[in-house]
Amino acid sequence: MTSPTTEREERSTTSGAGAEPPRTPRTSRWGSLPLPARHLLLAALGLAAVTGLLFATGDLTALRIAAIGYTMLAIAGLQLLVGGSGQVSLGHGAFMMIGAYTMALLILHQPMLPLAANLGIIVVVSIVAGVAVGAATARLHGPYLAGATLILAVGLPGLTHRYHEVFGGSNGLNIRTAGAPPFLDGLLSTSEWRALVVWTTVVIGLAVLATISAGRLGRRMRALRDDETAAAMAGIPVGKTKVVAFVIASTAGGLAGGLQAYVLGTVTPSSFTLVLSLTLLAALVLGGIGSLWGALWASVAIVYLEIWARDLARAMDMSRNAENNLPVVFFGIVLILILRFWPLGVHGALQSLRARLRARSSSS
Amino acid sequence: MNYFITLTLNGLASGAAYAALALSLVIIYQATRLVNFAQPALALLSVYTAYTVTQLTGSYWLGFAAALTTGLLVGAFVERVIVRPIARTSQLNAIIVTLGLLLVVQGAVGMIWGNEQHGFRYAFSYVGRFSPADVFSLVAVGVVALLLFGLYRFTPLGLRMRAAAFHPEAARLSGVKVGLMLTAGWGIASLIGALAGMLAGPPFISPNVFDVVFVFGITAAVVGGLDNPFGAVIGGLLIGLGMSYVSGFVGPELATLTALAIVVIVLSVRPDGILSRPTARKV
Repeated sequence: MTSPTTEREERSTTSGAGAEPPRTPRTSRWGSLPLPARHLLLAALGLAAVTGLLFATGDLTALRIAAIGYTMLAIAGLQLLVGGSGQVSLGHGAFMMIGAYTMALLILHQPMLPLAANLGIIVVVSIVAGVAVGAATARLHGPYLAGATLILAVGLPGLTHRYHEVFGGSNGLNIRTAGAPPFLDGLLSTSEWRALVVWTTVVIGLAVLATISAGRLGRRMRALRDDETAAAMAGIPVGKTKVVAFVIASTAGGLAGGLQAYVLGTVTPSSFTLVLSLTLLAALVLGGIGSLWGALWASVAIVYLEIWARDLARAMDMSRNAENNLPVVFFGIVLILILRFWPLGVHGALQSLRARLRARSSSS
Repeated sequence: MNYFITLTLNGLASGAAYAALALSLVIIYQATRLVNFAQPALALLSVYTAYTVTQLTGSYWLGFAAALTTGLLVGAFVERVIVRPIARTSQLNAIIVTLGLLLVVQGAVGMIWGNEQHGFRYAFSYVGRFSPADVFSLVAVGVVALLLFGLYRFTPLGLRMRAAAFHPEAARLSGVKVGLMLTAGWGIASLIGALAGMLAGPPFISPNVFDVVFVFGITAAVVGGLDNPFGAVIGGLLIGLGMSYVSGFVGPELATLTALAIVVIVLSVRPDGILSRPTARKV
């Protein structure tokens, strides 16, 4: 694989599971393993890589690595929905918000529950939300679906003001989460521990997503995306498959939101704006919509473009207004330029680069 | 009862702005099968231009004219320079590019004019029930809808635009400059979007002021049927009324979710909007 940096490549080994290195012959021992086992092994490998990276870098980077983790999970879910089944959802931020508020409320009201149980409950809540939204919008297609989900993303934060006593209004909810367990004292800082927790969840989620995408359900979704009528005539249950795709995406989004709340320790409606939902979708296309690899580039872009833009604004000594707005402008410009010159996104560009390199090496 | 009438009149007035934005979305969708998410950004740029012109000259109507001109020019520019090269590759990419534009323009407006709110005056007095400003909104949108109808129905330009949208290849063979027609469509649409901005902006403008208006605009377009300008107007008024009743009787925080409910209910009965005809196709 020809990723520019090895660390990033390792970190996302899990997501490359769909695209095996083609040099490995299918008859090898690796190829004979069942798909879920292969994905889980790759997940473990990815987690090990992240752990190594965490030890190699500082505390601040740990938080960024955690941010890349949960953003990647959210985008990977969206990838399955948009790239897989062809339904364009602009309301992904709404599901992240549901997950984040579930996490915060659970920690506030049921502080005894372990984190894993919280994450399990978030999965259940997200599935319910996904079924509700998916069923309500199953008949919509194309721009109609985009419009409906857009309204969801804008409308849902309103609920926090309506039910102020529960959701804390525009101040949101503040939570305290446990740091590293005592026996790891001195070995891992709190943020490094959190990053590890996030990535453990994320790699498991990605392994599940990769397995789904490579299996029958994934095939059905792609059939739907390519031609809904033809898929229906081939016996694929159109409505059901669409709802299932929606539920998977909303679950990934909800988990990502829950992890975000866990890392940041605060949940406010202003962090789940329209811009978040739009950015998630835009970043997915920027990273490359065809593969889970794209989700990695997308999340790296979301996290690091903002940091670079802020550094740039500070270095150029811009006014406050300029500094606050530069990240968004920067992201938009990068997005437009990438789509202009690499229509298949970063991953597509890397793939064509790899193909060109291989062609050159085989001809010489 | 009195309260109900007030709410109805308010709903119609705000619905007019939604209808105008929906119109601008529908025109572009008809021509290119593309939902232009950059529409609120173009409107934002126009309204801020109007704000600056009004500040400099002191005349509201000079600002108004400047807003419409900005909308026309920027819309045409965006289509020709940014959207067209990307729309060739894939439809999703074209939509994402308009999203990118939205982010860029919104951020740029914040960088230039600041994130804080600026006061922005109405065209006419807004005092009282069904104020002159409300009447102006409704009349302006009605006139625009009629002008559009006339343009598409009775003028050679409108005929060419329809031909270019309906069957680009055949239109090109008959000598229609399809690209030029697309640019014209975007220009006209953004002009109407700028009008929507001028109607929906007051009393305060800020970089995010059109987010909600845009959501209601796209709701109106979707409810009315993305293919039909009259559907957009009907949808806009419907959404305006629905919002007004819910805000007045239940609470303004739920207004957006009501829009969602309207969309889901209308579209589960008519998946392509109120006024669009179902299409048959071969596989």
